[in-house]
Amino acid sequence: MKLDVVFRIAAKIFIPFMLVFALYVQFHGELGPGGGFQAGVVAAAMVVFYAIIFGLESAQKIVPPRVVELMVPAGVGIFAGVGVVSLLLGENYLNYSPFGGDSQHGQEYGIILVEIGVLVTVTGTLVAIFYSFVGRGRE
Amino acid sequence: MISAHLPALQVVLPLLGAVVCAFLKRGSWAWLVALAVSLVLPAIALGLLYQTYEGGTISYALGGWRPPFGIEYRVDIFNAFVLVLVSVIGAVIMPYAKRSVEHEIPEDKQAWFYAIYLLCLCGLLGIAITGDAFNAFVFMEISSLATYALIAMGRDRRALLAAYQYLIMGTIGATFYVIGVGLLYSMTGTLNLADMANRLAGIEDSRAVLAALAFLTVGISLKLALFPLHVWLPNAYAYAPSMATVFLSATATKVAVYLLLRYFFSVFGVSVIYADLPVSWIFLVLSIAAMFGASLVAVFQANIKRMLAYSSVAQIGYITLGIAIANKTGLAGGIVHLFNHAIMKAALFMALGSIFFRIGSVRIEDLAGIAKRMPVTAGVFVVGGLGLIGVPGTAGFISKWYLGLGAIENGWWWLLMLIVLSSAIAVLYVGRVVEVMWFREPSPVAKKAEEPPLSMLLPTLLLTFATIYFGFDTFLTAHMADLAAQLLLTGGR
Repeated sequence: MKLDVVFRIAAKIFIPFMLVFALYVQFHGELGPGGGFQAGVVAAAMVVFYAIIFGLESAQKIVPPRVVELMVPAGVGIFAGVGVVSLLLGENYLNYSPFGGDSQHGQEYGIILVEIGVLVTVTGTLVAIFYSFVGRGRE
Repeated sequence: MISAHLPALQVVLPLLGAVVCAFLKRGSWAWLVALAVSLVLPAIALGLLYQTYEGGTISYALGGWRPPFGIEYRVDIFNAFVLVLVSVIGAVIMPYAKRSVEHEIPEDKQAWFYAIYLLCLCGLLGIAITGDAFNAFVFMEISSLATYALIAMGRDRRALLAAYQYLIMGTIGATFYVIGVGLLYSMTGTLNLADMANRLAGIEDSRAVLAALAFLTVGISLKLALFPLHVWLPNAYAYAPSMATVFLSATATKVAVYLLLRYFFSVFGVSVIYADLPVSWIFLVLSIAAMFGASLVAVFQANIKRMLAYSSVAQIGYITLGIAIANKTGLAGGIVHLFNHAIMKAALFMALGSIFFRIGSVRIEDLAGIAKRMPVTAGVFVVGGLGLIGVPGTAGFISKWYLGLGAIENGWWWLLMLIVLSSAIAVLYVGRVVEVMWFREPSPVAKKAEEPPLSMLLPTLLLTFATIYFGFDTFLTAHMADLAAQLLLTGGR
């Protein structure tokens, strides 16, 4: 596969668009269909695609397993941390209202922050599953 | 200010702790985090119990969304009691965990073990605290997935198979639960349990609601290992790491029982469950089958961890017997047995974990004569065993006393006889192990054994003393269970 020029060129063209699409889905989560989970899947698919075309080693150079392993709890941490900030601002857990000037903007920012947490965890988890399946029997 | 946010903190703290543990590479640091979290949680739970005891039901609107539209955390005396049980057990076993986990889990997986453990704790506390049907499902999944991973971490290769078996059964249970919730949602248009209870009035006998009740009952019964849906439990408990077995046996099935009672009494209500449907008889038959069947199987186990697991199935039978008896005394007996069985079984599994820590085996032939080298641990086993039998002066007696009184109130003298008879089988399986431990010549491995380190011995002893203490002072157990039973039977919430 590494020698196949068509695949490699096509992959290089596709991958940036996949990333942009992932971010598009991510930041439309609070208004339309989409959100952190879907965006995370698209972002992870990007890594999987890269690994299929260029090999696991080169994929792991760009997204090292150690980083992936940290992404899984990091996203949960962002989610739980946003809730703690609400508590510190004197509101109920996960109440986003105090985040912005008025409560409507506050809710919007809150959703975006939580969705980023979802994105990080979903991407990390899917890539970690992919790495452990593909890496099986290699060490 | 902080006291107003206790319901959220009860669930958020273990979640945050799990995140921190997952970041740490060193097992001992992760243990410190888990210990710190585990020690704060009982304080929160006791605070909640105090608040509900003094001021009645607490409602907490998660995210500031007013119930029934948003997720509501709702604490009354019954789930505050369950929260105290789960978090206190979590706190007591944490000092014990360090050495046991170091012994049984590879170094590079220890931090993950504590992270998963805290997630499991978070899920169980979440089920107990939430007043939202779907939120309960989410927490059920959190705790179940964490449980599968905990079981699979056992050293024995069969642990993987046991975890897989539980995964299949547990997923069927969760699916049934969510089908039940879906049917209820389609009939009532709400997921808030209290709101659901109000809207069910008048449509209780529709086909969809009855189907929902059936799905919920079977789904949750799978989780609580009601006979004959218990087949996942013995292997899971037998091959999981000692620490995981201690925790799961003391808490996981108890929280499932809580959820079942919540649906039966607070959502559907006494009249639907008992007057219109034969729920009482179904639970009566299954409970008695568990009390006798599982106890008899326990007698013939060579692996003592597996024996205690079968004994758990039997003891869950006593808890569900409280549902079957269905008067206030009997129900209080079931609820108090939640608590009492948790502390007794935790003490027994901890003693067994200590033995495994020293001799690397829990098979009966290796335990021969171990009391000569580990008298304290073997003594714990005797006290815990007496508790399981229900000897006066132990916590187990209090539960059976209430169950027996409840049976007599219903005029079921034969049930009292059956309770006594099934306890006699417990004498057999406990007595068999005690005899081997105390009166046999030491086996080759037992000769080299010695008492476990203090960090393991003291928590075990604490729970052992609790087994005796709660056999005399029943304010926290029987009195609270009484209040909870009263609340449930009057359709509280």
